[in-house]
Amino acid sequence: MIDKIARRRRRPASVPVYLALAIVLVVTAGPFLWMLSTSLKPQADQYDGRFIPARLTLRNYERLISSAPYLLDEVLNSFEISLLNTAGQVVTCAMAGFIFAVFRFKGSKLLFGLLLATFVIPPQVALIPNFIFFSKIGLVGTKLPLWITAFLGGAYGTFLLRQYYTSIPIELAEAGRMDGVTLPGMFFRIYLPLGKPALSALAIITFTGTWNDLIRPLIYLPSQQKLTTLTVGLSLYQATYSGQWTFLMACAVLSVFPILLIFFVAQKQIIEGVALTGIK
Amino acid sequence: MTGTLKPLGAERVWLWAMLAPTILGIIFGTAGSLVASGAISLLKWDLINPASWVGLGNYSQLAVDPKFLASIRVTLEFTALYVPLCIVGSLALALLLNRGGHGQGFFRTMVFAPSITSAVAIGLIFNWIYAKDEGLLNRMIAAVGLPTVNWLGDRNIFFSVTIANVWGALGEGAIILLAGLKSVPATYYEAATIDGASARKKFFSITLPLISPAIFFQVIIATVNALQAFEYIYMLTRRTQGESAMATVVYMVYRNGFRWFSMGLASAQAMILAVVIIALMVVYFRLEKKLVTYD
Repeated sequence: MIDKIARRRRRPASVPVYLALAIVLVVTAGPFLWMLSTSLKPQADQYDGRFIPARLTLRNYERLISSAPYLLDEVLNSFEISLLNTAGQVVTCAMAGFIFAVFRFKGSKLLFGLLLATFVIPPQVALIPNFIFFSKIGLVGTKLPLWITAFLGGAYGTFLLRQYYTSIPIELAEAGRMDGVTLPGMFFRIYLPLGKPALSALAIITFTGTWNDLIRPLIYLPSQQKLTTLTVGLSLYQATYSGQWTFLMACAVLSVFPILLIFFVAQKQIIEGVALTGIK
Repeated sequence: MTGTLKPLGAERVWLWAMLAPTILGIIFGTAGSLVASGAISLLKWDLINPASWVGLGNYSQLAVDPKFLASIRVTLEFTALYVPLCIVGSLALALLLNRGGHGQGFFRTMVFAPSITSAVAIGLIFNWIYAKDEGLLNRMIAAVGLPTVNWLGDRNIFFSVTIANVWGALGEGAIILLAGLKSVPATYYEAATIDGASARKKFFSITLPLISPAIFFQVIIATVNALQAFEYIYMLTRRTQGESAMATVVYMVYRNGFRWFSMGLASAQAMILAVVIIALMVVYFRLEKKLVTYD
């Protein structure tokens, strides 16, 4: 399905269409470019309103290293938490997605229905019981509550992978079974390799989602810059360096840079993964 | 709905083993926290002193609390503005992208970029764009000689925050709807062209009905996102004392639960939010039968 979409022949577009697309481009990319341009200006020029800086400087980025020494800790914390979340989601959602796509057993429909029903229950409902649970066992202030729950599957990831796995002909699994392949064998040798596009989509979506998360690190981690994530750090800098826009924009560039890099490298997988969730 | 193979022999054991994390997640993660949240909402509990039973006390307190009632109102108003803007905007963008010839991939990427970057960083830029003195928007307005506007002041903050939120969400919606548009068979349009149908007629009689499942899906996602919106609101409306000029229900849950540690009260608010979301979903799925075409 997705391959067919990607390969469809391109028609040349008309001038008004390109004009409209150009306006859209200004609106979507504008704030990013403004952020980048401001971060390269000396602070004296921050209000000059020029899109292309009159004077270029890397002073703001130097300051980032010299006067925000905990930034590296924050980046590492964000990376650690995002990677663990990604690992947890990829492993547990792939297993469940595979089972739901291939097998029919007593309670399979009910279980899948229950899983999908969890979609509509707002995560805020879980926030307080989870916090109380982790605080009673003394883990608030550590990173564990921020990733351990990722190892318990999830409706979004399981649904996405099941969608993809159902497009793999069931005859492959049947033939494997005839040859004496066990259930884990089917998973590791057939579904996992064939499902790589959907798997990488889920990995990237989980990684960026965790990287950008604000409320959970805000709740669980101490609000000291050394110990928190980049997202929370950034919101703290906003207060500390209020009005110093050139410096704040350098911080913002640093925080979106890894994500935009991943996005541009893997945009095909991400976009097709997102599109996959919308097609029945 | 689910697969077709019947598990045999050892497969039955493997199957449950591989589903174990998911089952634990449903029991503890979702069902468990729903029950726990319901129970906690009947308590007065600050996590330091022992919890005391207040029954429906938290709910009756909230029912007459003007601040909470205002938060429900602002949440619903925000949703009522955000969802249509998102859907119409995403659909327009998807139609545009679908028309784009060369460079379609490039435009698709650029349109999606805001959806994947952190709302905190974007919130920072929007704070700068909206700033009262010397903000980007006001500079542009002043340049053409018009009076400047206090975008983050009490009167405008609702619209400013909504615009920022919609800006952050349009790309994802457009990508989902674009996939829907691409799945409409070209032969339908060819047949309609032979019959002499106008572009408008084609849109309303072919495109719209055929992509209605994707639109329906998008309406659900947008509604749930709107009712749970937090990041942009936190970044754009937080005042010096931590008060918000646009305190939505989720913001109240955050404040009550994790600033004042009123666990019972915050749980009651979260439960009310859950009921609102579930009620809306029931309404949506009722309407789905009338409005959405599945072939």
